[in-house]
Amino acid sequence: MSEEPKPDAKAPAAKAAPAKKTFPPAKFNEKAGRLLKTTRYWPTELWANPWNKPSYRRGALLLGGIILGLLATGAAVGELAVWGDRLYAWLLAFISARGGSPVLAQGIWAVFKGLLVLHVILLNGLWAVWWERKISAHIQSRVGPVYAGGFHGWAQTICDGIKLLLKEDITPAASDAWVHALAPAIVVVPVVAAFAPVSFGRQLAAANLDVGVLYVFAMAGISVIGIVMAGWASGNKYSLLGGLRACAQLVSYELPRGFSIVPVLMFAGSLNISAIAAAQAGYKWGFLPRWFIFYPVVGQLAFLIFLIASIAETNRTPFDIPEAESELVSGFHTEYSGMKWSIFFLSEYGYVLLASFLLAAFFLGGGASPFAFDHLIPSWIWMLGKAMLMMFLFLWARWTFPRLRADQLMDFNWKFLLPWSFANIALAGVWLLLS
Amino acid sequence: MSSTAEKTMKTDSMFINLGPQHPSTHGVLRVGLTIEGELITKAVPDIGYLHRGTSKLAEVRGYHHCVVLTDRWDYVAAMPNNLVFCLAAEKLMEVQAPPRAEALRVLMCELNRVASHLLFFGTYGIDIGAFTPFLYAFREREMILDLFEMACGARLTYNYIRLGGVMADVPPEWLAKCREFVDYFKPRIDEYDTLLTYNPIFMARTKEVGLIPAADAVSWSLSGANLRGSGVCYDVRKSDPYCGYERYSFDVPLGQTGSCWDRYFCRVQEMRQSIRIIEQVLGGLPEGPTMAAGVAKIPKPKPGEAYAHVEGARGDLGIFLVSDGQASPYRMHVRAPSFLNLAILQELLVGNKVSDVIAILGSIDIVLGEVDR
Repeated sequence: MSEEPKPDAKAPAAKAAPAKKTFPPAKFNEKAGRLLKTTRYWPTELWANPWNKPSYRRGALLLGGIILGLLATGAAVGELAVWGDRLYAWLLAFISARGGSPVLAQGIWAVFKGLLVLHVILLNGLWAVWWERKISAHIQSRVGPVYAGGFHGWAQTICDGIKLLLKEDITPAASDAWVHALAPAIVVVPVVAAFAPVSFGRQLAAANLDVGVLYVFAMAGISVIGIVMAGWASGNKYSLLGGLRACAQLVSYELPRGFSIVPVLMFAGSLNISAIAAAQAGYKWGFLPRWFIFYPVVGQLAFLIFLIASIAETNRTPFDIPEAESELVSGFHTEYSGMKWSIFFLSEYGYVLLASFLLAAFFLGGGASPFAFDHLIPSWIWMLGKAMLMMFLFLWARWTFPRLRADQLMDFNWKFLLPWSFANIALAGVWLLLS
Repeated sequence: MSSTAEKTMKTDSMFINLGPQHPSTHGVLRVGLTIEGELITKAVPDIGYLHRGTSKLAEVRGYHHCVVLTDRWDYVAAMPNNLVFCLAAEKLMEVQAPPRAEALRVLMCELNRVASHLLFFGTYGIDIGAFTPFLYAFREREMILDLFEMACGARLTYNYIRLGGVMADVPPEWLAKCREFVDYFKPRIDEYDTLLTYNPIFMARTKEVGLIPAADAVSWSLSGANLRGSGVCYDVRKSDPYCGYERYSFDVPLGQTGSCWDRYFCRVQEMRQSIRIIEQVLGGLPEGPTMAAGVAKIPKPKPGEAYAHVEGARGDLGIFLVSDGQASPYRMHVRAPSFLNLAILQELLVGNKVSDVIAILGSIDIVLGEVDR
């Protein structure tokens, strides 16, 4: 009884204190951590001078070490074609010693080479996705994948691949199920086939085709059918628009792409990709490689047109209209999931690699060393290095440029690239007449 | 545009739902597009997916609580929302914020304008197909959000500007950090210009697209950069200054033709002007209290009405408040710039390509939280 009035007596006294009707000054709630005492990581210090950061210096050293290590490995291994010949000779001896016919050996050898080419494309998928993510990340001041695998996220694509394999394979109710399932196969098979005559170094091609250039373009042209099928069969308006755009774009850009290398064919006098690469051997004035890109005007023009048309052919920004993410959601592969979806990407990266190797073979001398004094580094290392440099151009363009509109894309093709590729053929003719 | 081919090759029209689940509608906007080939013949914006009825909710909440509601309109730039409600309520309550609070309000609103325009810059780049500017813009926007978090503990819905002043003074480290940001940010805008503004592809996509003549802009009641992009000089900060904006020197950037590029460029220029204002505020931040004396915990203003408007990140943001002497407003009406800017879309889109829809929609820079409220 006597205790109860006490709180009542105290309460009015406590309430009387803030009766001034002003807010007390707000205090920072340090206990709950709701207010930052200072900011999080800001890029201002790194921006001043990245070399001040030890990790930056370590990374540069590591990159240099990896490149030197690759060069040293190449020098130690030597030409791959020599090893291939040894292996084939051993296989031939092994089979004929057991009474088999040489045809069997040739068949096994052809299958072996086919599998190698197939694996080039599959491994390229793993490598290119990781590389693209890393490059895009560093262009965009991010770090990209870092956790999977430990070292700079090297296992990221493998994990992604497993994830894609395990994902549900969705076939929309409105789709044409057979065409929907067939489309990815029709897109990816021509990529694999197109790699047959591609030169990976001196005398290093799965098939030494005399019509190699025509064969590659013919094969690459088939994929558009698969893309249109994918767009049509998905039963989605965005996919349909994407498929139609892809059809128009790919068919159009094949023209300047084909015509841009006519000067190269005229200079080399051959359609065989290995022969074109071999035709660029030697050095002018003892130091300047006789690569077609160094032919004044004609070479550079052909290179640029081929590069731009190749970017358009691979549906990459600034020409990624068929899969314009902000407009058509994902274009023709909107309704694809899991492995079918990743097969589209496998073929896209396959085409990027194909274009990179073609650029290297047509314009950068194939496996020829850029230095006249270099007799140590084998041709396949140079070829790989040049192809990767070209691939970097693809990635660089993709993460720098905005996207053209569909009609602007067509204008650019028909009113700019195609006339200039014709003019370039005429220029090449004049060049050949004069020299 | 090859008009002859499109006239002779008439095909069946197709109806496309652009949104509400689409990567580029900036929220939950649905646009019903009727297209022939890639040409748009009819466009019907459909709004209301994000309606939360904040005007009605305000009628059962106290004045202090209503500030929380305002955060949710334009969640990309919530500081001007806070400010405009507080200005209207302060008119009703006859309270004047102290000078330091006013300066802090200006500072926060301008920082928020920069953050909002950075979001526009980044997402507009994505709309046009350039992904990289988005990450650059967000890198800088993060710094502004960090500053806000230092000042008020929130990164999106601040509730920082309160009736009679601001929630709290900024911490002592804050001003140095803000200066560091300003010094860092100024050269970045030039970088954006090289990356996106003067990119030939970007200009080709936006220069001749989505033209709004000045007369149309006025008659459709546009405001903000959409109006100024058409060359009409109207900025509430100049025409009806509040919070002491008349003390700061800044320019109002104007466009010429009212194209998407002009609207975009106005916003980029506005970032520079905002930085100018921020520098001036930082240079002469008055000392003193940050909250007016005599603000009631449960304000019951005298019966009456008040209208206040500010230059929000998206345009002329206004609030009309009616008090009947009770603890909550009798009526709150919001003049939401995004809502009014969106209306011109149905006329602007017709005759353009599907790709241009995204360019035009992005350049209008709407926030669906503000459209639907």
